[in-house]
Amino acid sequence: MLDNPVKKPLVKVRDLKMHFPIYSGFFQRHTGNVKAVDGVSFDVFEGETLGLVGESGCGKSTCGRAVLRLYDITTGSIEIDGKEIGATPQADLRPIRPTMQMVFQDPQASLNPRMTVQSIIQEPLDEHTKLSQKEKQEKVWELMDAVGLNRRFAGRYPHAFSGGQRQRIGIARALALNPKFIVCDEPIAALDVSIQAQVVNLLEDLQEKYGLTYLFISHDLSMVRHIATRVAVMYLGKIVELAPREALYASPQHPYTEALLSAVPEPDPSLESRADRIILQGDVPSPSKPPKGCNFCTRCPKVMDICKETEPEFKEVKPGHFAACHLLDKS
Amino acid sequence: MRLSPLNQRRLRNFRSNRRAYWSLVIFGFLFGLSLFAELLANDKPILVSYRGDLRMPVFGFYSERDFGGDFPTEALYGTAEVQCLIVTGGMVDCFDEAETLIAGAAAGTIVSEDFHKGWMVWPIIPYAYDTIVNIPGVAPSAPSATNWLGTDDTKRDVLARVIYGFRLSVFFAIVVVSVSSIIGVLAGAVQGYFGGWVDLTFQRIIEIWSGIPSLYVIIIVFAILGRSFWLLAFLIILFGWPSLVGVVRAEFLRARNFEYVRAARALGVPDWRIMLRHVLPNAMVATVTLMPFLVTGAIGTLASLDFLGFGLPASAPSLGELTLQAKQNLQAPWLAFTAFFTFAIMLSLLVFIFEGVRDAFDPRKTFA
Repeated sequence: MLDNPVKKPLVKVRDLKMHFPIYSGFFQRHTGNVKAVDGVSFDVFEGETLGLVGESGCGKSTCGRAVLRLYDITTGSIEIDGKEIGATPQADLRPIRPTMQMVFQDPQASLNPRMTVQSIIQEPLDEHTKLSQKEKQEKVWELMDAVGLNRRFAGRYPHAFSGGQRQRIGIARALALNPKFIVCDEPIAALDVSIQAQVVNLLEDLQEKYGLTYLFISHDLSMVRHIATRVAVMYLGKIVELAPREALYASPQHPYTEALLSAVPEPDPSLESRADRIILQGDVPSPSKPPKGCNFCTRCPKVMDICKETEPEFKEVKPGHFAACHLLDKS
Repeated sequence: MRLSPLNQRRLRNFRSNRRAYWSLVIFGFLFGLSLFAELLANDKPILVSYRGDLRMPVFGFYSERDFGGDFPTEALYGTAEVQCLIVTGGMVDCFDEAETLIAGAAAGTIVSEDFHKGWMVWPIIPYAYDTIVNIPGVAPSAPSATNWLGTDDTKRDVLARVIYGFRLSVFFAIVVVSVSSIIGVLAGAVQGYFGGWVDLTFQRIIEIWSGIPSLYVIIIVFAILGRSFWLLAFLIILFGWPSLVGVVRAEFLRARNFEYVRAARALGVPDWRIMLRHVLPNAMVATVTLMPFLVTGAIGTLASLDFLGFGLPASAPSLGELTLQAKQNLQAPWLAFTAFFTFAIMLSLLVFIFEGVRDAFDPRKTFA
């Protein structure tokens, strides 16, 4: 479906669904599902960065975590580096874990405050390698150099670092096992703007140096434009549009993407005043009760009758440019 | 092992809490002393020199015959005859005129071939917890120069019983609390970490388990198997471990969704190691907060069972039994005062210590 003849996909996700059950009533009966991720398909090609954008609560992070099988997914297939891991039990995932790693959103919360930097970065090595303590020490120092941390800080605790430095520790930990695929779950959302650029540049440098593949989850469209090769836009548990970066930013096909892009702040005041913002009405529907038809039909400025009846198909509208919208059927 | 900065800080915090620190010092001193109760209060001398031969009756068995007497049974060091045999080197006349000979040996006036001057070193309190003191008068006898806190209703030295009883109570509390904490923490950890059906099932089992009237079980089991310290400890642990489960479970439920626990899971760290390395340290604070209640509770349980007569064997040195005697002998107030002050001091010191420990674990609390 999403084949690209030049590059080979490292990660293939097909019809991924992650539903969280709701129990209610006196007998705690299963009364419904929060459809956090509801049928998502995409490929991530080797060496590229796939940006995953969307507003808060649309299922971006859940999607990222589900791809790494931090959850037991409801249905769907996930293939990483040729191995199908969609239905593998957690215990059998352990040997595959080194291939896929994650950088977390909040560097404050993702580092155990009771462990030193040394032991944090060393933990994956303890788990998956049989190196001697000396070799591990060397490797930790090497990783600290790679992410731009002073070796002398190895004995310190996370609270002694700034947000950007902590994120570097998190990145070093993710890199420790030479992974191929890293899910960056809003790695810059908790950082100052000045630090964001540093961390993003670091991620780019590391990608080049180690040949990494990223799934870069973010709600910062300008940052995604900077780092991503291709961009996927999510709305209420579904990918509504997936396209190469330039194509998506230049000619968005889905009304939601249009609205999202029109919200990007414009630094030039003269252009800023002319910008025609698309302001969406209403709130995002609850993922436990998504609307019938197209998920976006409740807020879409170009809504048609068919949108409220049938769900649009996610298909290729231009080469490499996928979208799910009934508007595109007519033209 | 080097202490981590966090633990160094805790130690510093604890030290700067003077009440807790000094309580620990005093309690440690008292408990340390009571560990050597056999050398403090015993009806056997610590060291005996018999015909130039040094013997330690506290640790070894010596029959009366070993001191030149008649019986092959253990020498009764409290009697004048045996004492006379020891100081005179086993003179036969001891069985007739022990007191005179002892006085003579002390003064050095005995002239005889059989005389070999000997000596004894006695513990400060020359009675063990079960020694019947040989003094005239009605049974609970008042404090005197020989019995500093008087005797109880079977003429046993109260101070000796308090020393042994204190040791027994604290030892009992340590055994019960440490074993039941380990079980409780493990059970709570498993429930909280895995959650879901494991949690649900386990909680119901614990509810049923806590519903069993433990006092009846203790009475019934004691009636069948007989009373003993270890059986009582076992039974108390059997019904006591759920007390920690709730707190630990709650901590684990909270911590299992911490970002760094997720991060560890993404690294492929096995569950048990995540529990041990990442979650348990967080749960420790809650455990430590509950600890004083558990320790004082264990001591209280033992005392109340003894008070009711369902506790340790009747011969055991028990503070609860002392309290019962105090209630039955209101004319002998030294029993009541001794029991009261022993419990009050012991429990207060423990509460102060654990309060200090808890505050030292509290990251928000700072001390100058």
